[in-house]
Amino acid sequence: MTAADTRVYRLGEFHRFESAGANFLYLVPAGAIFAVDTAVGKLIACLSSGELPHEQLVDDLAASGLTIGDADELIEEMVHANVILGRDSVAEPPSKLPDVFPIQTLVMNLTNQCNLSCQYCYEFGADKVATPEGKPKFMDIATAKTSVDFLLAESGDRRSIHITFFGGETLMNYPLLKEVVAYGNQRAAEQGRHIDFSLTTNATLLTPAIIEFLSENNIGVTVSMDGPKEMHDRLRVFSNGKGSYDIIEPKVRALLKNHRTRPITARVTLTAGVSDVIRIFRHLKQDLGFAEVGFAPVTSSANQLYSINATGMDSVLDQFHTLADEYLEHALRGESHGFSNVSDTLAELCQGVNKSHPCGAGLGLLGVGPSGDIAPCHRFVDSDAHALGHISTGIDKAKQADFLTRGNIASKYDCHTCWARPLCAGGCHHEAFVRYGDTGHPNLHYCDWIRDWTDTCLRIYGAIAAKNPGFLQQFAERKAS
Amino acid sequence: MKHMRALNKKAGRIEEYVASRNEDVVAMQDRSANQRPHVPAGCALMFTPGWEVDAAGGTAGLCQPVERDIYDCFVSCYWPAQVPDHLNNAPDWAAKCATATKDWRNLDLVFP
Repeated sequence: MTAADTRVYRLGEFHRFESAGANFLYLVPAGAIFAVDTAVGKLIACLSSGELPHEQLVDDLAASGLTIGDADELIEEMVHANVILGRDSVAEPPSKLPDVFPIQTLVMNLTNQCNLSCQYCYEFGADKVATPEGKPKFMDIATAKTSVDFLLAESGDRRSIHITFFGGETLMNYPLLKEVVAYGNQRAAEQGRHIDFSLTTNATLLTPAIIEFLSENNIGVTVSMDGPKEMHDRLRVFSNGKGSYDIIEPKVRALLKNHRTRPITARVTLTAGVSDVIRIFRHLKQDLGFAEVGFAPVTSSANQLYSINATGMDSVLDQFHTLADEYLEHALRGESHGFSNVSDTLAELCQGVNKSHPCGAGLGLLGVGPSGDIAPCHRFVDSDAHALGHISTGIDKAKQADFLTRGNIASKYDCHTCWARPLCAGGCHHEAFVRYGDTGHPNLHYCDWIRDWTDTCLRIYGAIAAKNPGFLQQFAERKAS
Repeated sequence: MKHMRALNKKAGRIEEYVASRNEDVVAMQDRSANQRPHVPAGCALMFTPGWEVDAAGGTAGLCQPVERDIYDCFVSCYWPAQVPDHLNNAPDWAAKCATATKDWRNLDLVFP
């Protein structure tokens, strides 16, 4: 290597996009978003066919209309920002995880029992990883209190910590939920801290008293619901095969009317017969009145009847684009739209996240099953193969290290050339296990989909930044997930 | 930055970094988060009032900013620095430089 090598330039790693008539760069190693002028475009064009020495690059830029001084200045700025790199530049290895990583969220599976029999359920369906045989079906108060103490002890000096109640059907163990809220609030107050609670439910067991309790205690609620009756009832059924829509519809309306302390969200699982995204969104957002609606394709091995195939996923993406366009129109008017797949991505783009892991599982978030087994997240609860210790004895550091090493972007070679990796980081650990038998395997079946969706959200971000930047302030203050 | 405008938090940090790299003069007054290593310039081989301490005996202005040294070498220092000779050939060299920290650009080259 010679000193001259620093003066031979090539393009750095970035994704270019256009929006609202302006040009933008998404700098991949940093997760940074910049609006750029035409001179940057000229520089990129000069280097797009390969590396060039400084003098040649200056000459080429001069030929495209820049003065020598401007060209020099442009090159210096782009080198400092890593838009272009010197020949001797080497990528920095990802930084190592800190030795101590305080947890922030504990997902407590209060029960592994459910009163519905949704075919696609990752806890009971064909692809389940749970091995609940011989384990308690309901969490007891001792395990629950130990779990709260565990969260308080393992969360270090974090300001706000979260408990998410999950199941099975969470409300089948409502008495315990109430006790945990009381105990958690009391213990947190003793330490001058605050615990924030939320739950996911299928809404079948909601009563006016429960709704009042949830509202009074600021408990966030996510309802698993798949759309209007004919879609919802296809797979979200009771064990006798009867659909659950008619049972939950009045309860959901009561929840939305009477729970006024937190926005209520709906979480839709898209399957082969339930993929009319726009109709589902209209029903849940406009007919029922959910504040936000989020969609996720079902997690399954490739050959399940309810899996969405590639054509189905293309259709889902087209419909996502339609809702994304609507979202942008709302955002430019300063209004909330409610399509949370966009807002969640915008929040991450605003922070400029560059993830070592696809999510907080096993890192800042842990799941606890009714037996007290610790899991990387709620999806792995009750699975012996994935347990990371027990609530009474603490985290099994060796197993946790193995899980995190597998899931680290550094181990996912397929991802290293992908510009969407700062947000995706290879995708859901659980989905990877179901598809490929390894939690650390990149989810290669939806790479194109993720890149398209990330590009869509970047263009929305760019347009909002150009035309109504104040709208993004809400995301600057919001925690990156 | 002239050609790029930061739109998210991470880009904001890059902008700060680039700005710190493009400071016209970086000396001990550089208080940015990305301060680069630098050597305090000045003579410190022996006790010389005006260098280790200022005229009032304080250290607040000691050796900073570095451009002050040019001026100090011109008038007050016996060390043969690369500044014009104020006794014979360039008595007015520093005439337009009342305050070295602000006016140092007015110190021009002297040709024999």
